[in-house]
Amino acid sequence: MTLELRNVSKIVGQETHINSVSIALDDGSLNVLLGPTLAGKTSLMRLMAGLDAPTSGTVIENGHDVTGLPVQKRNVAMVYQQFINYPNLTVYENIASPLKVMGRPKEEIKQKVGEAVELLKLGDMLDRTPLELSGGQQQRTALARALVKGSDLVLLDEPLANLDYKLREELRDELPKLFGASGAILIYATTEPMEALLLGGNTATLHEGCITQFGPTVEVFRKPNSLITAQTFSDPPMNLVEMEKKNNAFQLRGDLSLPAQGRHAALADARYIAAFRPNHLLLQRSNENQLAAPAKVVVSEITGSESFVHVDVLGKRWVALAHGIHEYDAGQAIDVYLDAAHFFVFTPQGDLAVAPDPAGAG
Amino acid sequence: MEKPINQRAWLMVLPVLLLVAFSAIIPLMTVVNYSVQDIFGPNERYFVGTEWFQEVLHNHRIRAALWRQFLFSGLVLLIELPLGVLIALAMPKKGWTVSVCLVILALPLLIPWNVIGTIWIIFTRPDIGLMGHTLQELGLRFDHTASPLDAWITLMLMEVWHWTPLVALLAYAGLKAIPDAYYQAARIDGASRLAVFRYIQLPKMRGVLTIAILLRFMDSFLIYAEPFVLTGGGPGNSTTFLSIYLVKIAVGQFDLGPAAAFSIIYFLIILLFSWIFYQVLQNVGRGEQA
Repeated sequence: MTLELRNVSKIVGQETHINSVSIALDDGSLNVLLGPTLAGKTSLMRLMAGLDAPTSGTVIENGHDVTGLPVQKRNVAMVYQQFINYPNLTVYENIASPLKVMGRPKEEIKQKVGEAVELLKLGDMLDRTPLELSGGQQQRTALARALVKGSDLVLLDEPLANLDYKLREELRDELPKLFGASGAILIYATTEPMEALLLGGNTATLHEGCITQFGPTVEVFRKPNSLITAQTFSDPPMNLVEMEKKNNAFQLRGDLSLPAQGRHAALADARYIAAFRPNHLLLQRSNENQLAAPAKVVVSEITGSESFVHVDVLGKRWVALAHGIHEYDAGQAIDVYLDAAHFFVFTPQGDLAVAPDPAGAG
Repeated sequence: MEKPINQRAWLMVLPVLLLVAFSAIIPLMTVVNYSVQDIFGPNERYFVGTEWFQEVLHNHRIRAALWRQFLFSGLVLLIELPLGVLIALAMPKKGWTVSVCLVILALPLLIPWNVIGTIWIIFTRPDIGLMGHTLQELGLRFDHTASPLDAWITLMLMEVWHWTPLVALLAYAGLKAIPDAYYQAARIDGASRLAVFRYIQLPKMRGVLTIAILLRFMDSFLIYAEPFVLTGGGPGNSTTFLSIYLVKIAVGQFDLGPAAAFSIIYFLIILLFSWIFYQVLQNVGRGEQA
């Protein structure tokens, strides 16, 4: 199936939840909706599913206009952040419920539930009720229920957000395979950039009800078309700095300057905003081109094998993500190092001027 | 490892012990004291053992009152629970109308028991009451002082009017606690309205409905003020419930021994049935409150 949204908007009262979204999704594709809370991921999914009718715009499935067609008449499945199962039915009855509503023969139900149970490793749990399951098993049951339906459109709304780290990794690996085999369009909403990268496929970044960019995940990550997309697709957040290009160099505040080389050399002389990822803000110098900037430590957080060092540089708050354990006292003065080769350069309006060369930047 | 023993820890428990002693143990033991003695005066008392208990258990009037009591509580539960749930389902989910509904529902709960009795006596009077007068004009005879059935109908009306809002409020709270995603999932499955009620709303309301059943059972089993105000237990003995009869024995005839024995049995019946209800409701579809 193909699904296309054309200029779809959803306005509730005075609030615009979705603002003129256009997107076309291919048969059997995996699509990630990436955006912070309240960016409109769930609203968009509800429109795609037919749970809500758009205020304006059209929804097209396989070339047919299905705008306003209620969800019961479309073949969709949805899994939520909360573990939603029928509380007093057993796991088997839960998984079989959509097929029963469709009025499928008993034999077929048995076979399909059997397959789903096998794939999601729920074999020993069939006679239990949801309360007797762990969170991971409850979500597996909900996923199995979505799977047996054999829907053309499968919507997963932050399905792993309430699970612990290990289960999340395990299920994230399995999900695309599970639904990929059915040829359904898979849509996966998440707030975590890391999750989008791990899933692959396509990513649409959402910001305040608009899709800011849609394309292959890696491409969106490497070449965000705007500052907003770059910020949406970065966790911890991008470090930003205002600068001016003149005499083949980037002039930062405080008389700091960096040579503009490679892709950056061709930029016209003007004011820009540079953004670079926290792993490119270094605590030790590693090559000649790096600029040493005086910084003041705000706080350093240690997460086992990595350290997040929050620093104050030129009146801006930056984060350095470094391997190993780096302990600093708050207020300590240190030097941090940055290289213009890693700069995403945006115009003051927020449009991309130059993205760093992914090969050269290392 | 040696643990230091500090007996002063008992002091910490003392306030609770005192509280429980004064609120429960001492009054209850006083009743037990009366129930095993025949007391004629301050210095004239005889130990009678289980005599009063035997007398109470063999008293056919008390037995009749007990069956009447079960019939009444059973009817109360059968009417108030479904009605309360229906009201809760019909209530708006959001907007200013919610507050209006809640206030209207809560109004009967704010009125004292004896006032409720008076309100309904006036309401059903054929000369000045709206309901009584209307029925008379329609040619129907309705007189709770003469007809046992009419007395029961009036009592049930009072009770249902007074307490169904409580059930409705509890059920409404239960409904409000169900995440919207459940309804969405049901819509995506194409589940019918009935299926949503049977498989989502009812199981999710089980916890609050258990409380509603316990409260309504205990409360209706102890009913006193309404029949007392309405007819004082009449006509005949038709609305003489356990509490009314108990008061007749204790205050009317001043038979403190049998009354005390009766009280203890009364208390144990309520305790037993509340426990049974609780156990049954816990086991019906285990794990449904998720």
